[in-house]
Amino acid sequence: MKNEALFRYLLRLGDDSLILGQRLAEWCGHGPILEEDIALTNIALDLIGQATSILNYAGEVEGAGRDGDKLAFLRFENQYSNLLLVEQPNGDFADTILRQFLFDAYRKPLFERLIQSKDAQLAAIAEKSWKETKYHLRHTSEWVIRLGDGTEESHKRVQKALNNLWRYTDEIFYSDDVDKELTESGVLPELSDLRSIWEQTVKSIFAEATISIPTNIWKFEGGRKGHHSEHMGFILSDLQYMQRAYPNLEW
Amino acid sequence: MVTKEQIWEWLEEVCDPEIPVLSVIDLGVVRDVQFENKSWMITITPTYSGCPAMKVMEDDIKSKLEENGIDNAKVRTVLSPAWTTDWLSERGKTKLQEYGIAPPENEVDKSVLFAEPTIVPCPKCNSKNTRMVSQFASTACKAHYQCNECLEPFDYFKCLR
Repeated sequence: MKNEALFRYLLRLGDDSLILGQRLAEWCGHGPILEEDIALTNIALDLIGQATSILNYAGEVEGAGRDGDKLAFLRFENQYSNLLLVEQPNGDFADTILRQFLFDAYRKPLFERLIQSKDAQLAAIAEKSWKETKYHLRHTSEWVIRLGDGTEESHKRVQKALNNLWRYTDEIFYSDDVDKELTESGVLPELSDLRSIWEQTVKSIFAEATISIPTNIWKFEGGRKGHHSEHMGFILSDLQYMQRAYPNLEW
Repeated sequence: MVTKEQIWEWLEEVCDPEIPVLSVIDLGVVRDVQFENKSWMITITPTYSGCPAMKVMEDDIKSKLEENGIDNAKVRTVLSPAWTTDWLSERGKTKLQEYGIAPPENEVDKSVLFAEPTIVPCPKCNSKNTRMVSQFASTACKAHYQCNECLEPFDYFKCLR
């Protein structure tokens, strides 16, 4: 493959959107209030739309005849390279909102940077997705504050969510030869300050929400290398069911 | 030979399946019409990445042209420059208003907690005393509002820039 690093990078980006979109879609019909049910599924739709663009492009770069659907539905678990964060269970509303917030706070500045990519198609996808992600981040930031600085019960729950999910955030900034190669060729713009931007966002929102970041927590990673948590298989069994049961089904 | 202007005119009759008062031209999703390699190429851009109406619009564009005797038109999707509500036509905004959907105000919506939300006049009674119920509504491109005066719940076509 001519540009394997780009292919692998696109899979990471696309798999994050795909798996988180699938997770959020599980809320359809189960939201705590109608407006939130609709909001979560709206965000899911944006993420699935982004995954479609990114994975279709990954298929083009790979040049082996696979399109976005084939990549989404017909890989094995260890071939998905999404973050462990996005495959974590929905839990309660606080868990879902906090997971989404941690992700949005990273995705918005990432897309903002990727607009500068020397790769025209990646830049175009980033430009489109950035506009959508701005709305997601605003929505989840508000909810983290509202829950954290809300009732005793909501505060307790969102703090618990943070205590549980914080261990998966280090992996967001995982980088290896893929990133290195793409940075050298200018496909990826300089992203070294992404972590500090992200930290600034989450810390200021957590301060307003009166919740605190847990200390002394073991950090997990592995998603980028295809090593997933136990939840991933269950997600894929749902996600891939139709294509596995009725190969090549289309509508 | 059919002219480019004629194609644009026909496309005026293709409507957004979710907001049928708007044509694909009003919506600003048709970016270009060209005759290349012996067929018409219509370039469109999605409003939102996951908007399910895009596929329908693409099919509707093809069948509208087929109705007019052009059976080999192609529709191509481009992502950049990314669609913005600034591309909604003035006529489209008026049609939205009459349909009961508040057209986009000229600013990206701020949140309730971080800043004052955008003031959106009620499409029924024009009162500015309205409140945002949710940033997300019946489709990805709309927010949900309610008028505090006439109590009408309404959709707001949110500003995307």
